[in-house]
Amino acid sequence: MRSLALWRAAGLAVLLAVVALVPLAGNVQLTQVGVLVLLYVGAAVAWNIFSGFTGYISLGAAVFFGVGVYTVALITQHQSLVGGVVFALFPLGGLVAAVVAVPFGLVALRVRRHTFVVVTIAVFFIFQLMASNFSWTGGVAGIIPPFLNWDQATVYNPFYYTAMLIAVVAAVLAWAIWGSRFGLQLRAIRDDEDRARGLGVKTMRVKLTAFVISGFIIGMLGGLYFYFQSDALPQYAFNPFFDLTIALMAFIGGFGTLSGPIFGALLLEPYLGWAQQQVTNTYVAQVVLGVLFLIVIIFLPRGILPTVGEKLTAINAGRQRRATERASGPPPGLPIGAATAGSSPEPTTRSAS
Amino acid sequence: MTALLRTEAVSKAYGGVQALNDCSIAVERGSIAGLIGPNGSGKTTLFNMITGYGRVDSGDVYLNETKVTGLAPDKVFALGIGRTFQLTRVFSRLTVMENMIVAAHHKEHAGQTSRFRNPFARAGGAATRQRAMELLEFTGIAKLAGDRAETLSYGQRKLLELAYVLIADPEIILLDEPAGGVNPTLIGTISERIRELNRQGTTFLIVEHNMEFVMGLCDQVTVLDYGNAVVSGPPEEIRNDRRVLDAYLGTAEEDDDSSAA
Repeated sequence: MRSLALWRAAGLAVLLAVVALVPLAGNVQLTQVGVLVLLYVGAAVAWNIFSGFTGYISLGAAVFFGVGVYTVALITQHQSLVGGVVFALFPLGGLVAAVVAVPFGLVALRVRRHTFVVVTIAVFFIFQLMASNFSWTGGVAGIIPPFLNWDQATVYNPFYYTAMLIAVVAAVLAWAIWGSRFGLQLRAIRDDEDRARGLGVKTMRVKLTAFVISGFIIGMLGGLYFYFQSDALPQYAFNPFFDLTIALMAFIGGFGTLSGPIFGALLLEPYLGWAQQQVTNTYVAQVVLGVLFLIVIIFLPRGILPTVGEKLTAINAGRQRRATERASGPPPGLPIGAATAGSSPEPTTRSAS
Repeated sequence: MTALLRTEAVSKAYGGVQALNDCSIAVERGSIAGLIGPNGSGKTTLFNMITGYGRVDSGDVYLNETKVTGLAPDKVFALGIGRTFQLTRVFSRLTVMENMIVAAHHKEHAGQTSRFRNPFARAGGAATRQRAMELLEFTGIAKLAGDRAETLSYGQRKLLELAYVLIADPEIILLDEPAGGVNPTLIGTISERIRELNRQGTTFLIVEHNMEFVMGLCDQVTVLDYGNAVVSGPPEEIRNDRRVLDAYLGTAEEDDDSSAA
């Protein structure tokens, strides 16, 4: 076990080092793609902290993203900020998104399962409509940030490292929550919310806290996206595609696991970036994404990492069993009565004796 | 009379079906009380009304003469009423130990004076884990502590449910069919454990169809019929009560009606 943990730590260190070195290659385009990949890693991890742990599938995460985008956009529009100070605004985007998450959660978290999904979609469209219709959001024309007069060769580097920082913090946070009492309560809610409540878990408070944490991180990423993309447009800030993408990333990698969303985002975002460059018609990439979603849900409902992990465990167990069988000859025959049920004999009798 | 748990004329209807109709029962402190009655007589509904899993239409529930009517399940649990479910409900993707820790939550903080606590503290302190282990030993599933609850057999889940209700140390435990679908040896273990806990001061209210189990275990048995408590008394009295036979087997007139129909 110890060596396994060591291997994991070493692998993680190597991964982080490689990720940190990418911008030093000096390839602007690569760094640009990297920013988006890290942004999606952070968003998928944050989404998973709420949806993955509690089992409440939210398709309204883009609300937080868009609120983050517009918060930072509106501040810069009025203050016309251009220096490195803009990076200090991202947490503010997260903060406003977290504030929005409270009433959003209080309404949506009253219902479960499919109804919850529908409510999150409805709230999402309300926000998108507001963004494109209010005059102070710039309507459909959106908001454009003041021009950043930075060196073109390294312009994306600060975005890259900020996105990396947010993604790493989100992953560490997810890990800390997972093993904590709070995380245990979230997972208890996922398995049986009513039973959890009957055992003293304050379910609404617990769910809402996770929802707000998730919203805060995604809101920060929205703030970053605004400067990175240099516009705040209703259809991109509040993008239904964003919701589906991060959900799919978490599902592909392993819904509700710690590493699953990271793996899913690292796998999927480069593909999406590549597909959008290769194919002139971007809808083809989205159709492929939809098909991929279906395949994952049908054949790998628990995601790649858990399924592969299980297969490996099964193979190992089988190998060990065969090894012991070879060593000790064939197993003693079972009496006919015990074999008929096709299941192990009632183990509870063991405890009674 | 010092009833630990008491319901007073509790009524509940689901659509047109009157599941409970002015149902009044009382459970003495330190006793093992039984609740029997035909299917659909309102036993589980009464459990739900007591533990906050539904709203009463009228009537009240008292614990220690304090009204607990209409409180949410987490509050009822915190006040000292624990329950198990007819179809066992455990957290299937958590380990057996994690199941225990979820239930231990409010007990862990009972002695804590500070309002602020570290939200990222690891779940389950050493004391909690030790207590959980003791209870798993007590119910005989300690070996399974590290296994996911979904791998447990039905009987083992019943034991886990009992164990994690116990960790919160409730005053009274409501058991919904603890012997249902469980093999005879295990039924023996369960009733033995209930008796032992009762000696240590825990009060029980048990819904069960297994008459041997109920009559052998309970001090007091209440019979529900059509959502109403028709009779209550010691087991030997109940066994021979005319109304009980009516409730379970149908009255002579009803027999005539059904045969005529």
